[in-house]
Amino acid sequence: MRAAMKISREDVLRVAELAHLGLSPEEVETYCDQLDGILSYIDKLKELDITHVEPMAQVIYAPATPGANTSHPELREDVVRPCDVSGPILSGAPDAAKPFFRVPKVIDR
Amino acid sequence: MSATTAWTIAGVRAALLAKKISARELAAEFYGRIERRNGELNAYLTLSPERAYAQADRVDTAIARGETLPPLAGVPIAIKDVISTRGIRTTCASKILETYVPPYDATAVERLDKSGAIFLGKTNCDEFAMGGSNENSAYGPVRNPIALDRVPGGSSGGSAAAVSAGLAVAALGTDTGGSIRQPGSFCGIPGMMPTYGRVSRYGLIAFASSLDKIGPFAGNVADAATVLSVIAGHDENDSTSAPVPVPDYTVEIDKPIQGLRIGVPEDYFGAGLDPEVKEKVQAGIALLERLGCRRVPLRMPHTDYAIATYYILATAEASSNLARFDGVRYGLRVPGATLTEMYRQTRELGFGPEVKCRIMLGTYALSAGYYDAYYLRAQSVRTLIARDFADAFQKVDAIITPTAPTTAFRLGEKTADPLQMYLADIYTVTGSLAGVPGISVPCGRTPTGLPVGMQIFGPHFKEGSVLQIAHAFEQAGGSVI
Repeated sequence: MRAAMKISREDVLRVAELAHLGLSPEEVETYCDQLDGILSYIDKLKELDITHVEPMAQVIYAPATPGANTSHPELREDVVRPCDVSGPILSGAPDAAKPFFRVPKVIDR
Repeated sequence: MSATTAWTIAGVRAALLAKKISARELAAEFYGRIERRNGELNAYLTLSPERAYAQADRVDTAIARGETLPPLAGVPIAIKDVISTRGIRTTCASKILETYVPPYDATAVERLDKSGAIFLGKTNCDEFAMGGSNENSAYGPVRNPIALDRVPGGSSGGSAAAVSAGLAVAALGTDTGGSIRQPGSFCGIPGMMPTYGRVSRYGLIAFASSLDKIGPFAGNVADAATVLSVIAGHDENDSTSAPVPVPDYTVEIDKPIQGLRIGVPEDYFGAGLDPEVKEKVQAGIALLERLGCRRVPLRMPHTDYAIATYYILATAEASSNLARFDGVRYGLRVPGATLTEMYRQTRELGFGPEVKCRIMLGTYALSAGYYDAYYLRAQSVRTLIARDFADAFQKVDAIITPTAPTTAFRLGEKTADPLQMYLADIYTVTGSLAGVPGISVPCGRTPTGLPVGMQIFGPHFKEGSVLQIAHAFEQAGGSVI
């Protein structure tokens, strides 16, 4: 056991649940170790002062990138357009009952 | 024409026009090569002869009718298996998509098709493009054709190996943190990452949407320029696709490089860089100086924070993007008594270890109580890294660095510890985060014969300058320096 683990077994189980990811007991141990190593490395980001720095979500369109955005227009409007591919999409589904995907019962009554 | 002919795009065109070979015969020759070599290399996961021969017949008909041929007429091309191809199985090298057949072509693929290319098949890669060695494929690793006991790099290892071994004239790869440039370096061929937004991501199965780019591998820089000219350009199906005009890169590459200012950041030549790689890249920079470029020393002070930043942002985006693989709409389903049980079991069985590790890391970074400390902080550091590049490009036209700190490593050498594998991305992830274009161009070989890659970054949408320098370097003998 390392001196100060950044991540516990319970953390791993909690995150796996959030991610809808089944894990074997061996995987829980492995990811506990691996994530701990990676998160310890990532701690180096704390060395930087980011008080007056805008977070960047999109590099080409980010106002925080000096010189990078001046000539780029805004993102286009997000508009719905018809796209009739339900046939081939449903035919590739694991369990389809056209026009639906079939899943285990969700509402119990 | 023999089994060892090194085909180029220009060579294919000349041979077709001179009627020395038909497009169908050429496709058959490449399938012969694949049959002989793919057993040991494992570069291709799926072959698509039906579509390839239909495409070849279209080209042969056009030749017979004396029509003007499109730029890639008859050129045999390989496509990384994270890019959607209509009617051709697309697995992302994952068990979860083992039987998935896309109903449409990615925009880049559609543009290749319209330009006369022949789709030989789909190439192996790290699962969902997550890896730097191609050892994370659910269908086994790819071997480096130059040294079979070594990795081809990753994640686009199959595409790089296929082109390097002469099993395709060019290939599409994808680059999120170095996945085109690093395997290009390891396999001794040019590999180009365009500017973010330059090539449509429509039909690219997403890993990290703010970082993913599609780009070419080819046997030489001119061929990479030809493929990029075909696939680049605005596409309304990708909302981040940039409506910026695309120059003809095949013309751009011949512009003179005299007087260009090349920045050499000392931050890329420090501890961890293999001395043999350093020596070759420094010789490469000296060659560029002899060709008339002016060397400018640079500092890019946030370079050392790029890997930590990248692995937070990329895994956070991946955890969100990969939530769609739940057994409902496509791919694998493992039945369960409840919906949640079905999700959990499908994902447990369908994803490999590295993909699970990254989903866990990304989910953790986005989870309540950690979001500000990890995700938001990493987004802010990304701004600082992008500023390093913006500041540098006030002073220089291009930045020259090694592509990777080492040459191709041995299979199994870095698989035990994911962090060790991540650290190998040190010189490529910076440009990925800044969204700038970059190429890896061959820069000689070490005494044991392993290829070294030199990386050239340019400002946003200046792929032309990057290719121009790479082409001049190659023409001056840079690849055998």
